[in-house]
Amino acid sequence: MTVLDDAPAAAQAPEAVPQVDFDTDPAQYRHWRFEIDGETAWVYLDVAEDGGLVPGYELKLNSYDLGVDIELYDLTQRLRFEHPEVRSVVLTSGKDSNFCAGANIRMLAQSSHPWKVNFCKFTNETRNGIEDMTANSGQTWVAALNGTAAGGGYEMALACETILLVNDRSSAVALPEVPLLGVLPGTGGLTRVTDKRHVRKDRADIFATKSEGFQGPKAVEWKLVDETVSRKQWDSTVRARAAEAAEGSSRPTDATGVSLPPLRREITDDAITYPHVRCELDRDARTATITVLGPEPGTVPESLDRICALGADFWPLAMTRELDDLILRLRTNELEIGTWLVRTQGSIEGALAFERVIAEHSGSDWLVNEIRHYFKRTLKRLDVTSRTLIALIEPGSCFAGALLELALACDRQYMLEGIFEDADEEQEPAQIVLTASNFGAFPMGNGLTRLQSRFYGDDDTVTELHGRTDERMTGAQAEEAGLVTDAPDDIDWEDEIRILLEERASLSPDALTGMEANHRFVGPETMETRIFGRLTAWQNWIFIRPNASGSEGALRRYGTGRKADFDKQRV
Amino acid sequence: MTSARPKIDFDAKIPNNVDLASDRKLQRALERWQPNFLDWWGDMGPAVDTKDVYLRTAVDVGRDGWAHFDHVPMNEYRWGVFLSEHDPDRKIAFGEHKGEPVWQEVPGEYRADLQRLIVIQGDTEPASVEQQRFLGATAPSLYDMRNLFQVNVEEGRHLWAMVYLLHAYFGRAGREEADQLLARNSGSDDSPRILGAFNEETPDWLSFYMFTYFTDRDGKYQLGTLKESGFDPLSRTCEFMLKEEAHHMFVGTTGIDRVVARTAELMNEHDSEEVAGAGGIPLDMIQKYINFHYTVSLDLFGNESSTNAANYFTAGLKGRWQEERRKDDHVLTDDAGAVDAVRDGKITSTEVPALLALNQDLRSEYMGDCSNGLKRWNRILEKHGIDARLYLPHVGFNRQVGAFAGQRISPEGKMIPEAEWTANEGDWLPTDVDKTHVRGLMHPVLEPGKIASWIAPPSNGINDKPVDFEYVHFN
Repeated sequence: MTVLDDAPAAAQAPEAVPQVDFDTDPAQYRHWRFEIDGETAWVYLDVAEDGGLVPGYELKLNSYDLGVDIELYDLTQRLRFEHPEVRSVVLTSGKDSNFCAGANIRMLAQSSHPWKVNFCKFTNETRNGIEDMTANSGQTWVAALNGTAAGGGYEMALACETILLVNDRSSAVALPEVPLLGVLPGTGGLTRVTDKRHVRKDRADIFATKSEGFQGPKAVEWKLVDETVSRKQWDSTVRARAAEAAEGSSRPTDATGVSLPPLRREITDDAITYPHVRCELDRDARTATITVLGPEPGTVPESLDRICALGADFWPLAMTRELDDLILRLRTNELEIGTWLVRTQGSIEGALAFERVIAEHSGSDWLVNEIRHYFKRTLKRLDVTSRTLIALIEPGSCFAGALLELALACDRQYMLEGIFEDADEEQEPAQIVLTASNFGAFPMGNGLTRLQSRFYGDDDTVTELHGRTDERMTGAQAEEAGLVTDAPDDIDWEDEIRILLEERASLSPDALTGMEANHRFVGPETMETRIFGRLTAWQNWIFIRPNASGSEGALRRYGTGRKADFDKQRV
Repeated sequence: MTSARPKIDFDAKIPNNVDLASDRKLQRALERWQPNFLDWWGDMGPAVDTKDVYLRTAVDVGRDGWAHFDHVPMNEYRWGVFLSEHDPDRKIAFGEHKGEPVWQEVPGEYRADLQRLIVIQGDTEPASVEQQRFLGATAPSLYDMRNLFQVNVEEGRHLWAMVYLLHAYFGRAGREEADQLLARNSGSDDSPRILGAFNEETPDWLSFYMFTYFTDRDGKYQLGTLKESGFDPLSRTCEFMLKEEAHHMFVGTTGIDRVVARTAELMNEHDSEEVAGAGGIPLDMIQKYINFHYTVSLDLFGNESSTNAANYFTAGLKGRWQEERRKDDHVLTDDAGAVDAVRDGKITSTEVPALLALNQDLRSEYMGDCSNGLKRWNRILEKHGIDARLYLPHVGFNRQVGAFAGQRISPEGKMIPEAEWTANEGDWLPTDVDKTHVRGLMHPVLEPGKIASWIAPPSNGINDKPVDFEYVHFN
């Protein structure tokens, strides 16, 4: 960093990490707009050049930064919940001549490593979410590339079910990261070209090293896009493909959407509090204690109408929105809080009552189905969170069914056997309950349930546990069943947890991140795990190498008129 | 967890100054461990059947309490848990936490290291009891038999002290390690004691005195470094153990005194160095035993250059001998030290960061301390008008651990070829003939005041009792 001699003292203070807020709504969007036309939502990327989230770069050529993606994420959530009538989504550009140039290079070049990593993780999650909409929400995405889609722009298109590229003898699709920037198309690009679009690997190699990419006909031939369409035919073809995409959607025709009002949230220096989720930060110990408050037994809605009427106040949706927001905030804004302690508080009966409602309707009702998939995606966010996750299962907790998934997502689970002897109030010993939810409702990125991942290669145990659905298990029983790591009693609890946390806090954060990610995703690779594992890990390695981010690296030299000076050794 | 075993009346059975009667955690742990300990003592403790023994029991840490004498049936000995007095102002004296208040709980960051240090120390305590299990049967006097048993019960108490720390501060993992301390056994093929020297049987009383002089002295130095620990309960435990350890040294020092004195008497009586035929132990044989026990004890200090020792020091877990009396910065990151080395066939030294040289530092302190005994024994020889002298062999002689391992070095410190070693080994280390001779002298003498032929009587009894006091009663 260059420090000017006459710079004021304050300028030498370390640059404050911007606190990122994920709240937005269509009225506030600066980079997106969407129009609903019958069954189809038309989504326009129209980035405001001066609308960067942090100073220092201009978002030229419809390039994006985290702020653009935060709006995209919000947009996807609103389409799901607020627009049940939407059955297909057309993603296109609001600019005349290009679709999207990808992630903004100057933004990447000036960002810290954690910022880049968090940015990529969030954008990946949103791309996966778009695929999840096509697969599970009856909202199929069509990319209408009305101009060149390069890098992250093409990666955004790759998340769609169908890709149309205008055939105007100049627009192209391209992944120029390797030749121009010395990094990877890390938002799923490399992976989806081969794994989703089945492009041959030698062609994929050419494509990913050819900075100008391919125009329509060749792109179709190589399966990089599905169709290329002349300008003349463009509008009608896109419209037709959107209509085709809407066919067969499971979305209802007569439903009313559920609006997503701003979250109620109170933030102090050491706590983030929502109505259904609380988080306390211990900055000395570098822990966050996340407590999910379960539903009350008497509050379960008796009918679907009532669920729709409750809308965003329906406990599973309300809780999931808050948890989602909390995860994003902690991940982005609290880098040094290395361990998250996951707790629940509430009545097991209440949790089970909601389980029954969800189980009864998630196959048939669009909203209940949406909520289930939302909770699924939120759990997946936990799975790929680079923090140590530890579930503390204590008296008064309600780890049952879907909420038990929170514990199973953790790296370890500690459950109190018996009660706290010196508690002020009378306690029931902690219990956990498996329900049908734990056997398929919330698959991980590797396609397995968390139980299948936990007992990988041991299907008998999973089958046996399936037979124990609805059984109340105490600490000792849960430990015996392999569902918790340890079940210390009152005498041992405090020491065991304290020592565990202190010990954890002393280990290398990087090694922990790598170790946890390896342990969490056992078994089969899927496109998703390849993106979060292989692609991301390589990308993050490349990001810290001087060839990319050194002062003479490709990322830093891009746009300076000077060529990158590579260390030639292959490692 | 429920246990069918009867509740233990803690304060009556287990003298302590750790408020055992109101500590649920300790009680629960000890309820299970104490019966296992008694089983172990029955199986692996002294094999001689006695009615009671005149033993010292610690019932408190104060001046009056720590040395309480009475005839006690061995299996009713009250093993207590004692820590030296608490100093509320104590600060960590060294390493990167220097100046911070000492820890009253195990810092999670150092759990594994502290647990390891305590387990290794704890493992040696019952090991020596096991090694000395059959010695009582050949005691040269009731006085000596009593001293043996005193050492044994105190080693047992030192095991208790380490188990207390594991139980009180290390949770479930600590309880499991405490169980393992009873499950490993000296010399066992399946689950031996951790350190090699503690898997050798102590076959005769000369070996016992040597062991208590040289090997227990290693224990003294290890305890001395743990006494400096920033983990206050460990520090206080070790400080109290050191008091008892002093008696073990005393048994070794005076035991060898008396062997040397008897040998000198026999040499004068017979006007010959050859006293074996007269029921004595020749001086050169004593020297060979010194050579052996001294050198295996040197091995216990580990490699000259040790990153573990450096880490322990920096973390504030294990200091140097008399850390607080040393005149340096107690951090040592900028200092250098010399450690022994063998280079190009020559014994030399090499400079390393001071932090890496801490094992050698401790070994040097130990070697200096060991030489005091030699002065003492040589004064006895001098008093008897005998010119021959005993000595400590060179630090590189007969070493299996560290820079000298695998080298052939004479007791004078000369690098020698293998052939020269083979030709002289029998002159330097106990041979089978020597061991057979010493073992052949081992006959029990059970009559009060009488003494075996190969050793002189003690000059004083225990606790102002006469030498011919009935220290041990038999069934």
